[in-house]
Amino acid sequence: MVEFFLNTVKPHFNFWVYVILMMVGLWSLIAKNNLIKKMMGLAIFQTAIILFYVSLGVKDGATIPVLEHYGDYAEKAEPAGPDASKPASKPASKPAPNPASMPAPAASNPADAFANPVPHVLMLTAIVVGVATLGVALALCEMIFKEFDTLEEDELLRKIKALHDDA
Amino acid sequence: MNPKIFASIAVVITGLVLLYGVSDFPTFGDPRSPANSGVEGGAPSTSLYYINESYSATKVPNLVTSVLADYRSYDTMFETVVVFAAGMAIFAILRCVGKDDGAVVAPQRKSSIDGDHNRIIVGMTCRLAVPVVQIFALYVIAHGHYSPGGGFQGGVMLGASFILIALAGNLEDALSRLSERSYMALAALGILIYAGFGVLPQVLGKNFLDYGALQKILLTDGPEMARSHSMLGVEIGVALTVMSIMFAIFANLSSRGTLKGGL
Repeated sequence: MVEFFLNTVKPHFNFWVYVILMMVGLWSLIAKNNLIKKMMGLAIFQTAIILFYVSLGVKDGATIPVLEHYGDYAEKAEPAGPDASKPASKPASKPAPNPASMPAPAASNPADAFANPVPHVLMLTAIVVGVATLGVALALCEMIFKEFDTLEEDELLRKIKALHDDA
Repeated sequence: MNPKIFASIAVVITGLVLLYGVSDFPTFGDPRSPANSGVEGGAPSTSLYYINESYSATKVPNLVTSVLADYRSYDTMFETVVVFAAGMAIFAILRCVGKDDGAVVAPQRKSSIDGDHNRIIVGMTCRLAVPVVQIFALYVIAHGHYSPGGGFQGGVMLGASFILIALAGNLEDALSRLSERSYMALAALGILIYAGFGVLPQVLGKNFLDYGALQKILLTDGPEMARSHSMLGVEIGVALTVMSIMFAIFANLSSRGTLKGGL
């Protein structure tokens, strides 16, 4: 059991977390009866996807993708950096807050000093759009409640069926 | 079959299939993973291009901002349009202009954050906090080039400051500061600013959203600084739309489209 965790789960724990969160969201989407709970499941599902994307962009020992923060790190690591005003041209030697835990080839590529910016960009807009679409879903729920006085799916189906039978 | 049993089976099968695929993924934090440095023997990852080249092309240290508002500007523009469309959808679903059927109107409350002695602590705290929140939001928008931040984050914060007023007092308080007419106009204005930054380069003979062409108008030293300044303009447009739509969503949802009383 312990070996399973160390060898299988630990190197990929971000993916395990995302799969488990996604299962929670999917389960409440299918199994829950209340529309609000279904939307909460949808939000959990979305969070899992966001977590998946952001964790793909993580690099060991890298800082946030803002070049000037790299400059601060570098000046602390090696004082008298001559071209501190040009951060883009100089990430040749990596700052090492904890050298023992970092992979050896990190210094060979200057891009390894910064986390991958692309997933951050993709998820930044996805979060805001997710909030806006959740608002639309809540508005629809509000109108459904106004019309049928319930948000339980089975009761809704029964009432809609009764409406059709009357007509 | 009981839907919960069916749901459990479906979820467990999906989860197991996904977990089976997890072992083929790169390990967490691997700088050599395909997403971070490209496929071995193939093309390098786009992120390497952004990290290495985007500062010299745009003079924006925050790579997320430069990728969001310049390289992927077309995408961001239509994300903003999606937010705007969501606001319009909520307006279409909930807002009952004119017809007031009485049943859904929340009881009118006299409480307000302006000079109501029953909620003096909440009112005063809110009145002290809101300007600070708004100034910080403006800082987040304007400083998005140099630190984490930008139009989306700052816009949500600005919207939250108006929602705070509505929560601490009532909806009329917030609407007296940002009326429905003005937030609708601001939401459209934000899109217009963004699209304007797209059309202006076209007028100057370049591609849509090719900010480098704006150096003739912005009178900057080169296309790099023109891109940097245009990104700020675009972020302001995004912030206006996001702020207005966030507040519109809250105002319409909390009052069931009547814009009276609120929570």
